[in-house]
Amino acid sequence: MKKYILLFLFFTGFIAVSSGQKYYSKTGHVQFISDAPIEKITADNNNSYIIFDSATGKFEFSSLVKGFTFQKALMQEHFNENYMESDDYPKAIYKGSITDWSTLHLMNDHVYQVNVDGQLTMHGVTKPFKSKAELSMKNGNVIASSSFDIVIEDFNIQIPKVVKDNISKTVRVNVKAELVPMNK
Amino acid sequence: MILVRYTFFIVMIMAAADGQILAQKEQTLLSLLGREETTEYAAASFKTDHVINLHSLESTAAGVLDVKICHRFGFLSGGLYQLFGLDQATIRIGADYGITDRLSIGLGRSSYEKTYDGFIKYKLLRQSTGLRNMPFTVAILGTTCIETVHWAHPERDNLFTSRLYHVAQIIIGRKFSSAFSFQVSPTLVHRNLVSTVAEKNDVIAFGFAGRIKLSKRLSLNAEYIYLLPDQVSQAVHNSLSFGFDIETGGHVFQLHLTNSTSMVERGFVAENIGDWRKGDIHIGFNISRVFTIVKPKT
Repeated sequence: MKKYILLFLFFTGFIAVSSGQKYYSKTGHVQFISDAPIEKITADNNNSYIIFDSATGKFEFSSLVKGFTFQKALMQEHFNENYMESDDYPKAIYKGSITDWSTLHLMNDHVYQVNVDGQLTMHGVTKPFKSKAELSMKNGNVIASSSFDIVIEDFNIQIPKVVKDNISKTVRVNVKAELVPMNK
Repeated sequence: MILVRYTFFIVMIMAAADGQILAQKEQTLLSLLGREETTEYAAASFKTDHVINLHSLESTAAGVLDVKICHRFGFLSGGLYQLFGLDQATIRIGADYGITDRLSIGLGRSSYEKTYDGFIKYKLLRQSTGLRNMPFTVAILGTTCIETVHWAHPERDNLFTSRLYHVAQIIIGRKFSSAFSFQVSPTLVHRNLVSTVAEKNDVIAFGFAGRIKLSKRLSLNAEYIYLLPDQVSQAVHNSLSFGFDIETGGHVFQLHLTNSTSMVERGFVAENIGDWRKGDIHIGFNISRVFTIVKPKT
């Protein structure tokens, strides 16, 4: 009898944590734009990971810094070597949640304006970060997008004086991902 | 009673295990997705495709033209009379181009023996981590040069082929950390014409080169080329060079001290007369400037 109680305890514990549908994408698109007086630089990453827990409204987003591709090979090298130091800090990660998630109910073909609140980690610096985002549901998939500005100095990235007209102090970041249900 | 205690113990373990699973899930939702399914290639093992004289394991990126101006002053041993070599100069002007990220070509013209040279370089293996793990980069290099200086003995029956030199090289290297890279390059230099019977037409050598990054934009480089014994004239010395790479945006300046006068393999591997012990050292520099000719599709 005790054995069954134990089994019961064990499984109920398990079920409680794994309930709630999760959505994910491994092809999240991140683009950043630096619009400086002399030069406009854009870079793209099409292999960002995002996972969203619909039970809690929490989500996590991860981009490999080396996964950003640039128009010029040398820019990409400098981005990794001199600014992001991607050998030491390989990923940029955002962990956050959707504000007032419990009051939201996603329905197909509806677009929702939401606020997200969380922590952004890149170049070894973690900062609280808030942004607006757009959520919608299509054919059972969750489509998420957001645009925000990052002040690069906040993340301990120094721009030398010689290139101050080539790289802007704030970069615009555009994020878009289509998340599919996770089968478990 | 024992049974109860035992049960209590088990429940505690179970609860702890459950708690741990819960904690893990909360901490890293991302871990549910597993590791990134990408291959990351090691980049920027060296700042340019040349260490000093030797080719580095890096090649010019696809669609990029790298214009190079290389300069060696005379020997320091020339003393004050020659202003420590500043009165003389040997130069090479050339350009390298990346056809793909793995295949690159280059052309150049040196004042040393009025030599034209061309190379083709292909990365067979690329150091990577992730989906594909490869500890080393391996590149193969073929160089041909044509000497166009007037024949020393025009009255003889001179052959065009006597002006040709060919080099085959394998470059095996690794970026051990972001600060340290090292490479070995077994080299074969073929000379169609040599000055004496004692000298070999095919010369085998091993190049060793490394760099240590001192700061984000400055690195210290060194290279040494070991010639197997009894292949060339006694006057030839192994090439030894030290230098700095200074990067400023689109330019890389390489400043160095070297006992090699020539800037093509045939010269600095097999015909290097400078002797460090006698002060036969050149102050030299290479300037590299890249231009993006074809932008990659994104």
